[in-house]
Amino acid sequence: MSTNKVYWKSVAQLDKKNDLVQKLEQNEFVDKIPVDEFLGDEKTMGESNTNRRDFLKYVGFSTAAASLAACEGPVIKSVPYVVQPEQIIPGIANYYATAIADGFDFRSILIKTREGRPIKVENNNEAPVLGDANARVHASILSMYDIKRLQGPKADGEDIVWSDFFSQVGAKLKAMAASEKPIVLLTQTFSSPTTQSVIEKFIVQYPNVSHVVYDTLSSSKALDAFENIYGFRALADYDFSKAETIVSIGADFLGDWQGGGYDCGYAKSRVPKKLNGKSKMSYHIQFESNMTLSGANADNRIPTNPSNQKKVIAQIYARLKGISLSTDLSSDYKKTIDKVVARLKKSKSKAVLVSGIEDVAVQEVVLAINAYLGSEVIDTAQPRLIRQGSNEAVDELIEDMQKGKVKGLITAGVNPSFTLPNANAFTSALSKLELSVAFALKEDETAAAAQFVAATPHYLESWGDYQFKKGHYALAQPTIRPLFDTKQFQDIILSLIGSNNSFYQEIKSNWSDNLLNGNSWNKTLHDGFLSSNQAMEYDEVSFDVSSQIKHLSKVSAPAMSLVLYPKTGMGDGQQANNPWLQEFPDPISRVSWDNYLTVAASDAESLGLKNVNVSDGALNGSYASISVENKTIVAPVLIQPGQAKGTVGMAFGYGEKRGLQEEMQVGVNAYPFYNNFNSVQEVTIKPAEGYHEFACVQLHNTLMGRGDIIKETTLEVFNTKDKDYWNPIPKVSKNHMEYEVTSPEVDMWQAFDRSVGHHFNLSIDLNSCTGCGACVIACHAENNVPVVGKQEIRKSRDMHWLRIDRYYSSEETFGGDGMTKENISGLGDSLTTFGEMEKASENPQVAFQPVMCQHCNHAPCETVCPVAASSHGRQGQNHMAYNRCVGTRYCANNCPYKVRRFNWFLYNKNDEFDYHMNNDLGRMVLNPDVVVRSRGVMEKCSMCIQMTQKTILDAKLEGRQIKDGDFKCACSDACSSGAMVFGDINDKSSRVSDLKKDKRMYHLLESVGTKPNVMYQTKVRNTDETLK
Amino acid sequence: MSLSYTQIRFLIGFAQIRKICLFLAILSASFFAIPLQAQEADVQAGKKLFNSNCAACHKLNKKAVGPALKGVSAKYDREWLYSWIKNSSAMIKDGDPQAVAVWEEYNKVAMNAFPLLSNTDIDNILAYTDYIPPAPVASASSAQAIPVSSVSSTSNDLILAALALVFIMLVVMLFLVQKTLKRIAVASGVDVTPPVKEKRPPLWQVVAKNQFLIFLMVIGFLLSSAYFVYGYLMQIGIDQGYMPVQPIHYSHKIHSGANQIECKYCHSSARVSKHSGIPSLNVCMNCHKNIAEYNGEEDLDNGYTKDFYTKEIKKLYDAVGWDEDNQAYTGDTKPVKWVRIHNLPDFVYFNHAQHVQVGGVECQTCHGPVEEMEVMYQHSSLTMGWCINCHRETNVKVKDNGYYTKIHEELSKKYGVEKLTVAQMGGLECGKCHY
Repeated sequence: MSTNKVYWKSVAQLDKKNDLVQKLEQNEFVDKIPVDEFLGDEKTMGESNTNRRDFLKYVGFSTAAASLAACEGPVIKSVPYVVQPEQIIPGIANYYATAIADGFDFRSILIKTREGRPIKVENNNEAPVLGDANARVHASILSMYDIKRLQGPKADGEDIVWSDFFSQVGAKLKAMAASEKPIVLLTQTFSSPTTQSVIEKFIVQYPNVSHVVYDTLSSSKALDAFENIYGFRALADYDFSKAETIVSIGADFLGDWQGGGYDCGYAKSRVPKKLNGKSKMSYHIQFESNMTLSGANADNRIPTNPSNQKKVIAQIYARLKGISLSTDLSSDYKKTIDKVVARLKKSKSKAVLVSGIEDVAVQEVVLAINAYLGSEVIDTAQPRLIRQGSNEAVDELIEDMQKGKVKGLITAGVNPSFTLPNANAFTSALSKLELSVAFALKEDETAAAAQFVAATPHYLESWGDYQFKKGHYALAQPTIRPLFDTKQFQDIILSLIGSNNSFYQEIKSNWSDNLLNGNSWNKTLHDGFLSSNQAMEYDEVSFDVSSQIKHLSKVSAPAMSLVLYPKTGMGDGQQANNPWLQEFPDPISRVSWDNYLTVAASDAESLGLKNVNVSDGALNGSYASISVENKTIVAPVLIQPGQAKGTVGMAFGYGEKRGLQEEMQVGVNAYPFYNNFNSVQEVTIKPAEGYHEFACVQLHNTLMGRGDIIKETTLEVFNTKDKDYWNPIPKVSKNHMEYEVTSPEVDMWQAFDRSVGHHFNLSIDLNSCTGCGACVIACHAENNVPVVGKQEIRKSRDMHWLRIDRYYSSEETFGGDGMTKENISGLGDSLTTFGEMEKASENPQVAFQPVMCQHCNHAPCETVCPVAASSHGRQGQNHMAYNRCVGTRYCANNCPYKVRRFNWFLYNKNDEFDYHMNNDLGRMVLNPDVVVRSRGVMEKCSMCIQMTQKTILDAKLEGRQIKDGDFKCACSDACSSGAMVFGDINDKSSRVSDLKKDKRMYHLLESVGTKPNVMYQTKVRNTDETLK
Repeated sequence: MSLSYTQIRFLIGFAQIRKICLFLAILSASFFAIPLQAQEADVQAGKKLFNSNCAACHKLNKKAVGPALKGVSAKYDREWLYSWIKNSSAMIKDGDPQAVAVWEEYNKVAMNAFPLLSNTDIDNILAYTDYIPPAPVASASSAQAIPVSSVSSTSNDLILAALALVFIMLVVMLFLVQKTLKRIAVASGVDVTPPVKEKRPPLWQVVAKNQFLIFLMVIGFLLSSAYFVYGYLMQIGIDQGYMPVQPIHYSHKIHSGANQIECKYCHSSARVSKHSGIPSLNVCMNCHKNIAEYNGEEDLDNGYTKDFYTKEIKKLYDAVGWDEDNQAYTGDTKPVKWVRIHNLPDFVYFNHAQHVQVGGVECQTCHGPVEEMEVMYQHSSLTMGWCINCHRETNVKVKDNGYYTKIHEELSKKYGVEKLTVAQMGGLECGKCHY
């Protein structure tokens, strides 16, 4: 039946007389299509020789020609060596032991080179100290292939040749020495015996030169304290593997506190070990304001603002000594301190207390407490020498420069024009100097302001020797010829004093005269280190800290404190142009490509600061204006669970503009707030306009009580209850009967016999994983994982084959989450309670979980691939044939672990992704054994099949069986804490086959029945649940 | 017909006469050669001795490590030469002025002592170094081979030409016969105009009207074109037979075939690495320091004369920066840009050491008869099907390899076979070659 209803779009349409309406009804388009413009021109059209048919012919011909031309294979040239160096065989990797010492990171490492180009950093496992590379050290190899590096010396911004550089700088130096004008040599901490002797020679020749050491992130107060007590400027070293009780007050010792590198020893004490029938592990309590890696790994974490931290430490000292001391700490704190003191007293020499508060008094008290405990953990006889900077000397230098007392400045390895709090004043003083020379790797702020810029080589192109700690030396050797026209700082100094020796010759003669002590030079160079038990001897040491205690107990707290910190990925920011590090998600916040102000949820609420997830899930944060003294900066806000109330945190190392590619110029510079080189500052925060777009890779932060992802228990339960209680195998029902999910009865797959040959398994111990992220970067380097950039990360298109998930508890503990979930009844309750569980607690427990492809024996991805691009190998690896993949992404959808990564774009040789794979220099870091994936294919962790295959081939070539420990993958090899163990479970003597039988072992989402070849070890916490 | 037959007979007979003449010529030449050969007896012995003892450092006409030896007996006293060759360093020690002069001229490098050579041996060597080959007569025997073979090929051509002529003549004759017959018929009044046939539709129309036939033809056409298109597409990127011109004409036939040099002498990294490697030029110079000119067989058909090869050796010297006159490296090198022949795509991992060293596969299995290749080319298709096929058919070489003992025993028990193929060992898994 028809109706006479009229549908109308606007009221005007009902008016039949409206011209416009009538016109629009007649015409399809509102505006006339300008066909006349290009077809109506009779003259041009008439004169044109090309008619429609010709046009089609041309199109057809050119298409055919193009497609025919595309069928022609390219001519590939191969150029062999004229004289092949004996050590180099194409296709075989060479390893060299060397050391990094960039003023912030000091490590002994191995460098893997292929056909003469360094491609990967590996741990030097034989080195007794600092032989474990962190994420930044792993990434430092890419910083060598940085197109933004200085390619030659400069004078007044113009390129010059080295001979001119030497004659001009030499002439100025001589003139200034003759007129006794003071010059200051401002350098990073070298901790290098031979560099020290070179500088001394320089000062002998030019007595007007004085040497000042400047650490970008200062440890000066701790050095002062150590000097006050022991009479020697150094930092105490710690061996946490011996610790039973660890009390940390504001020290992120798993991060970069006092040079870092403590995670390896710490992890050893964290794995429960059977002793007299009972498992034991260390107890770690952390008082801190920002959420740090150390706090996240602690058994108890007490959010404490910096002034309360000082009171806590004074109180602990007083209670240990039995002195009465009154503080205004709350009763909760007093209870906590009681427990801490009891534990310290009980553990005695197995206890240690560390602090990161930059205060001489605090650091003296720390030394006094450890001495009182007789701690075996602290090592003062062989102290660390990797921080030498003095705040006073730097302050004095700046003052002298501004007053005109200093006439010349030579900087090496530092960028004070960016990293000083009063950088502008420094730079203007610098530009007025008679002589300014900057030794720099890239054209940073200081280099731009200096008259002369000496381009220095990367550490992988240089010689060097270091004393990391008393008695422990390291040697650095070049692993490639300098890529650019660069000269080492020490070589230039030697030339300037007219020495004919190169720095290499200096090192060699210095070592053979003073350090080798009969050891072979060649062997030491091969090993990369030389250790002896040479130790400091102290006379009577007195620890009178009573006045300090009184002073500390009375500090007043500002309303809001800013606590500055170095990020795990960026450190002090000297590698800011490194795309791997920019894209590396922070282990705690999981945000990449940014720094931000971390604020506690309650403070954010009262200040009106917000974090919101927009429609595609991406994270946005409101801006805040941050004022310290008279400086104000606007920065985005990230609400950080666990942040102590009344404190905010902000990371160094971002916001640099000079010497950085545009893509890397992200974040805000926190150095202007680093007044007096103190990372704690009084601050006022106000909300500012607008929202910032974060590139955060984890959008859901809590575990929601899901025990099948991270299994957690306490040491007490672990010791007293049965495995089925704290690590049960999930059950499924079949015909109303309950079966364990591992039972063949409920397996719908036919099992494949894997008992013959190798069967690879990877075990990840959640107890020893500190979340440091070295594995993430090692995986990047080994597997040519592309960098996709901030915008793509925001769209959840990150390509990391290995991610480290971080979970917060929404109750105070993960156990509490489980209880909450159990107690839910009914739909209404579940909706509200689950909603609440999405919010992390104010002071949550934190757990890290590295997740890569689980290499399921019953892989859901393999069955859904329409082209069989994903298939299973007999050795347990899930293979991905990229050349076969057509990009349906069914596999990614069917993967319960979400570890498959899709190449949405071509990430190499594509200007849209202008990172290292888009230039010839950056591509030199690529691993030639792993293909660079193209657009439109799925990729994922291969369990480093190129490495396992190499191990097998080596054994075949040598005609031998494979020993346990031969099989490695990039992540397990990079894991210095020993959390990742890789091996062959068919080798019954292997560590991994023991771990497979361990009662802590479980598989991720075991109930799915995928039978993964990656296993996890249940996290056991030594939590004291009575503490709050 | 009979004419052409006799013509052929004549031609064949001519050729036979030529052959007989040549045979006589050879006979007479060899007859004359007999006394010559007798005279050369010590020269031949000398040549042998020269090649085994002297050739490493001396050449006949050119300076090498030591001086050129052509006509050396004229320069020095025979007795002096005897003692010099037997022990030159003793003479230098004794301060023989001539000996010291030679020693100093050649950078004070003393010549090896040859105490085992007798005076007769030395006479023979000197006879060889003095010997000037009587070029015109001696070369007759080698020159004879050429006309014989060219006669036989000429006669073939002649036969073919004659046959063609016969056919043309036959056609002309038939035409003439028909014409004559027609004329006779006209003359005798026979009607030769063909009867008018009933007009039938042409074949194409018949075919066009039959729809079933068209259907079959279309199907056939589509199938056959699909076959050819598929064949064309499948060969894209497969460069079997790819034989590019290289910057230096390097002949595997000479090195690997005639001189029997082991493949892995030059391609040494094939033993240990994934790459077989193009040898670096210093490897070439191990031999070519002494081999400055080509003295082997020539292939005149392709223009590969001795001169041609010698020029290629000069190209090597130019690239590596070898100054022949001073026998020293100049340091001025020009790396050679070889055109790569075997190109596997990036997504394939192939390891030479695995196949050559572990598997014991002969290089020729994949690279073909390299020792016969004047110009190197890609012998195999290098497709995945080709790889897989070999993995299916080849047994793993497990003998004396400690790695395999356990796994082979267990796997062969499992599969119930005595010898395992690569495929049974897991050599067909995707991830073994694609990562």
